[in-house]
Amino acid sequence: MSAYARVPLIGLWFAFLALPLAGWKRSLWIGLGCAAVVFVVSAARASVQSGSLAGPAARVKEKFVSAWGFIEEKSCDKRYFSLFLLLIIALPWTLDRYSTDVLVITGIYIMLALGLNVVVGFAGLLDLGYVAFYAVGAYSYALLNSWYGLSFWPALGVGVASSALFGIILGIPVLRLRGDYLAIVTLGFGEIIRLVLNNWDNVTQGPNGILGIGRPYLGDMRLYKPMHFYYLVVILCIVTIFIVNRLDRSRLGRAWAAMREDETVAECMGVNIVYTKLSAFAFGAAWAGFGGVVFAAKQTFISPESFTFFESVIILCMVVLGGMASIPGVMLGAFILTVLPEALRELTLFRPMLLGGAMVLMMVLRPQGLLQARGQRHHLERGDEPESGAGR
Amino acid sequence: MLELRDVHFHYGHIHALQGVSLEVRPGQVVCLIGSNGAGKSSTLMAISGVNAVSRGEILLEGEAIHAREPDDIVRRGICQVPEGRRIFPHLTVLENLEMGAFLRSDAGGVREDLDYVCSLFPVLHERRGQRGGTLSGGEQQMLAIARALMSRPRLLLLDEPSLGLAPRIIETIFEVLARIREEGTGIFLVEQNAHLALNFSDWAYVMETGRIVMGDEPGVLRDSPAVREAYLGE
Repeated sequence: MSAYARVPLIGLWFAFLALPLAGWKRSLWIGLGCAAVVFVVSAARASVQSGSLAGPAARVKEKFVSAWGFIEEKSCDKRYFSLFLLLIIALPWTLDRYSTDVLVITGIYIMLALGLNVVVGFAGLLDLGYVAFYAVGAYSYALLNSWYGLSFWPALGVGVASSALFGIILGIPVLRLRGDYLAIVTLGFGEIIRLVLNNWDNVTQGPNGILGIGRPYLGDMRLYKPMHFYYLVVILCIVTIFIVNRLDRSRLGRAWAAMREDETVAECMGVNIVYTKLSAFAFGAAWAGFGGVVFAAKQTFISPESFTFFESVIILCMVVLGGMASIPGVMLGAFILTVLPEALRELTLFRPMLLGGAMVLMMVLRPQGLLQARGQRHHLERGDEPESGAGR
Repeated sequence: MLELRDVHFHYGHIHALQGVSLEVRPGQVVCLIGSNGAGKSSTLMAISGVNAVSRGEILLEGEAIHAREPDDIVRRGICQVPEGRRIFPHLTVLENLEMGAFLRSDAGGVREDLDYVCSLFPVLHERRGQRGGTLSGGEQQMLAIARALMSRPRLLLLDEPSLGLAPRIIETIFEVLARIREEGTGIFLVEQNAHLALNFSDWAYVMETGRIVMGDEPGVLRDSPAVREAYLGE
């Protein structure tokens, strides 16, 4: 009966949560609605578990689980890759300028999320200031272009290099920090970079930002349409995916995994923690630099406003929602969290709330993310969870 | 083979090792017994290079290694099995074992050693595809030992291999350790279970509050009234 005892409590809790947003009357309705939903769900669950529905329900669940497992499996399959690629290439011809533009942004976020995934997913270092490296990439192109007229392609290299350098600069003082402490320092680092950009007026022009950043050229062709940037971003994303995937399977990738699992033991096994940690920060930051240069070239205008803490949070949410350490998962997370807010423009005000709610739901229902990382999948299916092995 | 000379180590403000001197001769099993917090694990971590020694020196075959990085020490043939079965819980058994051979580039030799450790612990072969965290306590300890063996060490450092395990499992593990000893690998064993440690080793040290207070043959220590009272519970 305890399942039903929870119902009014859950209703009350949601009513309380909605109170500041919706006022007395509406939050009462929201509470009642939530309570009703929870009641129906628990009643259905109880009848399924005990009654005649048990068989079919289990079958439906099994089908669903196996279908999702199929998707997870195929998302790593190379054979579908070319088909998927064709679809990607054809896509902008069927879309308007605005939607293509959204996809360009999505592509930039995919690069960012894959980069953060190196730090958070592969190496297990919680970085809350990741947007700082994005800013470094964007500003290095913007400044070098407006001062020295440096063009896009060399700037891409410079942006990546300077972001990686900043990754190492951040990495050195936090070498000995773990977990929460690391998160707080990275958060501070992100804010420092933003504040410097905001206040160093004679270099960065402060909050006014930098205007008129040059467009990239491909031979004689000036890239300015969303479609041009779309293909540029697709190519860069493919490069990113290729390299990140190789990294995951490399020796360095194994060292990252070992460090994520247990730093001291990894050290005892001969993993050089200094090198491994710094390379994780540098590799992660490099992709943010990549994304930053493209972002600056696409927007032709950047200001510190684009690089707030909330951006770091969103990118982290992409990684967590999609599935830490899973490359297709992280891409899916980036896609969902960029396209969905665009599709639901009317709900912009509620975006942080919906995002928070989605994160809470994910942590409760599927903490491993939408698409689980490859290494962690097969073993769960056998049902050999700790309980079965313990007590021997 | 391995020698510690007046090794000091500070853990923050705590003077955890206050001049530890001991020696492990080639092919010997040497044990270090002592109560909780005496500094046994700190000693092992100092040998492994994880704890930075503040004074004194650690010599491996006459060469100072206390200022070396941990990976360099593993490369020189010292590998540790840390306390509390610290395997990599989300990596598979096979991946755990491969991590033990992280610094090795001789693929053929690694494969041979993989077969070797699987012959020592057949259960690991059965469970090679399973995640480390799903193993039972005893199996995890076996995995931790096997993982260290994958680095083909000349000296194996063992930190409390019997901790929290059933007597039958401890027996299995020590049978395997005996086989490892027969093959010429030196073993430096840290144990709270003094009975077990004294029966297994060729030389024994007793540690109290960061100092070595006794060092002798196990038989002598077993007859010493102080050891009998403090560690053998008699």
